[in-house]
Amino acid sequence: MPETTYLEAIRQAMFEEMDRDPAVVLIGEDVGVYGGAFKTSEGLLARFGWERVIDTPISESAIVGAAIGMSYAGLRPIAEMQFIDFIACAFEMITNFAAKSHYRWGAPVPMVLRGPSGGGVHGGPFHSANPEMYFVHTPGLKVVCPATARDAKGLLKSAIRDNNPVLFFEHKFLYRRIKENLPADDFTVPIGKAAVRREGRDLTIVSYAAMLHASLEAAAELAKEGIEAEVIDLRTLLPLDRETILASVRKTNKLLVVHEDTRTGGIAGEIAAIVMESAFEDLDGPVRRVTSLDTPVPYAPGLEQYFLPSPAKVVAVARELAHY
Amino acid sequence: MTTTLTREQHLELYYFLRLNRELEEQMVRLFRQNKIVGGLYPSLGQEAISVGTAYALGPGDWIAPMIRNIGALLVRGFKPRDVMTQHMARYTSPTCGKDGTSHFGDLKSRHVISPISMLGDLIPVMAGIAMAGRYLGQKIVTMTWIGDGGASTGVFHEGLNFAAVQKAAFVLIVENNQWAYSTPVEKQSALRDLADRAKAYGVKSAVVDGNDVLAVERTTREAVSYARAGNGPVLIEAKTMRMLGHAQHDAAEYVPKAMLEAWKQRDPLDRFEKVLTEKKLWDAKTKKEIDERIAREIRADVEFAENSPFPPPESAEEGVYCEGCHTIEADWQRPKEELMPPRSSVKAEWPLKNFAANGARPPAVRQPAPKAKPGKKPARAAARVRAKAGR
Repeated sequence: MPETTYLEAIRQAMFEEMDRDPAVVLIGEDVGVYGGAFKTSEGLLARFGWERVIDTPISESAIVGAAIGMSYAGLRPIAEMQFIDFIACAFEMITNFAAKSHYRWGAPVPMVLRGPSGGGVHGGPFHSANPEMYFVHTPGLKVVCPATARDAKGLLKSAIRDNNPVLFFEHKFLYRRIKENLPADDFTVPIGKAAVRREGRDLTIVSYAAMLHASLEAAAELAKEGIEAEVIDLRTLLPLDRETILASVRKTNKLLVVHEDTRTGGIAGEIAAIVMESAFEDLDGPVRRVTSLDTPVPYAPGLEQYFLPSPAKVVAVARELAHY
Repeated sequence: MTTTLTREQHLELYYFLRLNRELEEQMVRLFRQNKIVGGLYPSLGQEAISVGTAYALGPGDWIAPMIRNIGALLVRGFKPRDVMTQHMARYTSPTCGKDGTSHFGDLKSRHVISPISMLGDLIPVMAGIAMAGRYLGQKIVTMTWIGDGGASTGVFHEGLNFAAVQKAAFVLIVENNQWAYSTPVEKQSALRDLADRAKAYGVKSAVVDGNDVLAVERTTREAVSYARAGNGPVLIEAKTMRMLGHAQHDAAEYVPKAMLEAWKQRDPLDRFEKVLTEKKLWDAKTKKEIDERIAREIRADVEFAENSPFPPPESAEEGVYCEGCHTIEADWQRPKEELMPPRSSVKAEWPLKNFAANGARPPAVRQPAPKAKPGKKPARAAARVRAKAGR
């Protein structure tokens, strides 16, 4: 069986869910005839028709608003942001309308909002964002950031079946760069559960999305020096799997958080606080972070490389922490 | 203005108009007694819009009332106690104290979407419900309201354009009450008729005297049937006047007294009562019966609200997520066999027509604009409204 790319895994998840449930529809800019800017929805229009694969004007607020309305009527819409940076245009609809709906009047919003996020592809300040933390700070949303093809497919299926608004951040750097053999059955991956990707005893590296791969590369390097890093893939940022993080820190006694999001207000700060509150006595060193710089994502390749975390940067900080 | 409504329907309209007004007067008393926890946003003088528009819909249609559309909630079957307990933050309120004012709804039976404070958001949401309804084979129409101030938001324009290109069965009522908090409509828009905004989006529109409940009802009914037939959305601008401040705390001293006086002469309840009398649809006894019924209902509901408990504090933590508490079910009104298994044979190419003609259209030659003849003013909407109102 041929290996499936991360991108194809996302396409398969939408295809299979739409095949399974006529309540699932796709709405967004250029998702139909063109098949999406990254071809994530290629073939969906041909299979499911105009009523279920809906091309829209360039109106992100209206796309999300309409998806909310559809979900009130009992559908399970998937709304696409062509690049996740444009989610800022729909911020109000997501944070005030969708997120608060169930809490304030008991109306669930079973909507998925997905799109390509992340840097490393020279997209510049407006096609490279990692906007997850705006939304992790918004009760009522779920925020999912898959790092593998298997998770992309299984988590997207879970997101579509979830009764809450789920933001599904696909990392575009991974779209065609990673692939794996996927099970043939209708599998799902649960939202809210982290995964231990590599076991180790000397320190814990917590990461997600593209930076999981940087962290795993770093861990392989560190192993050559005799440092065994345990690598955790968060997979979901909201709700956060505190237990898996704490269990690992209690074992390794050291914590490094690696994320591509900018530093201030990134998830590393929240994880550090959780560990301080619940595992302070277990720590044998300071909680460390490797993150992007506190700047917009720059365009020139050299600047972007400088901006982003890399396996070498992770190795350097992990080594310091291991020897602390 | 002709109407096809029966005598009973006329009396029902009066009931809702009067209930709307009496309920809000009762709420003011509760506010002065410090029993309203937050703000109280009056719709005095605008009742004919809330009641007349909602009355024109069918039971399967969906509405999203805004803050001043208490009357629409009442038409839809909510009771005074729902409005009171909401404002008084009681556990018995439709949101159990989680939200206040008219921010409540009922997805399942009444098809009422709870508004939010950010204006314009409901437009794409209601367009989405209309699109879902069409897909599900429901033949529904959706409706929401927006003020002259709310019509300045970006999402108003995104949403209306979106509804237009999707040909959503959606009716938008622009409730032009002349004031957005302290800002007059002249500072919201350079247009004389806000209804003209619809033209920019290829949306059918109408202007109606918002203080004439029969005109509002009839215009809305026509719009609803146009939208239901699949012709796309309709925008109705209902011209009216906010007769009190933005909310209870606002004395509205910025409003010219003469303006209030002028509009007071056009009070929607006074006018409708006159119609009922002139048409001999009621007598003093009928009016008294309805008024007494309303007084009884409000008294009973005040008692209910005042005796209702506040929510237990720890319930603040509940309900952020739907974890199995709701079943998501679409109301399919078309055979699912039409859709399952999917067997579409759409070719990924737009079936555009007349593109050759569009492309070949010669550029328009610009003519110098003819000078306006002195002394001849274009027909003004305000004049039209006055004409319709018989003035």
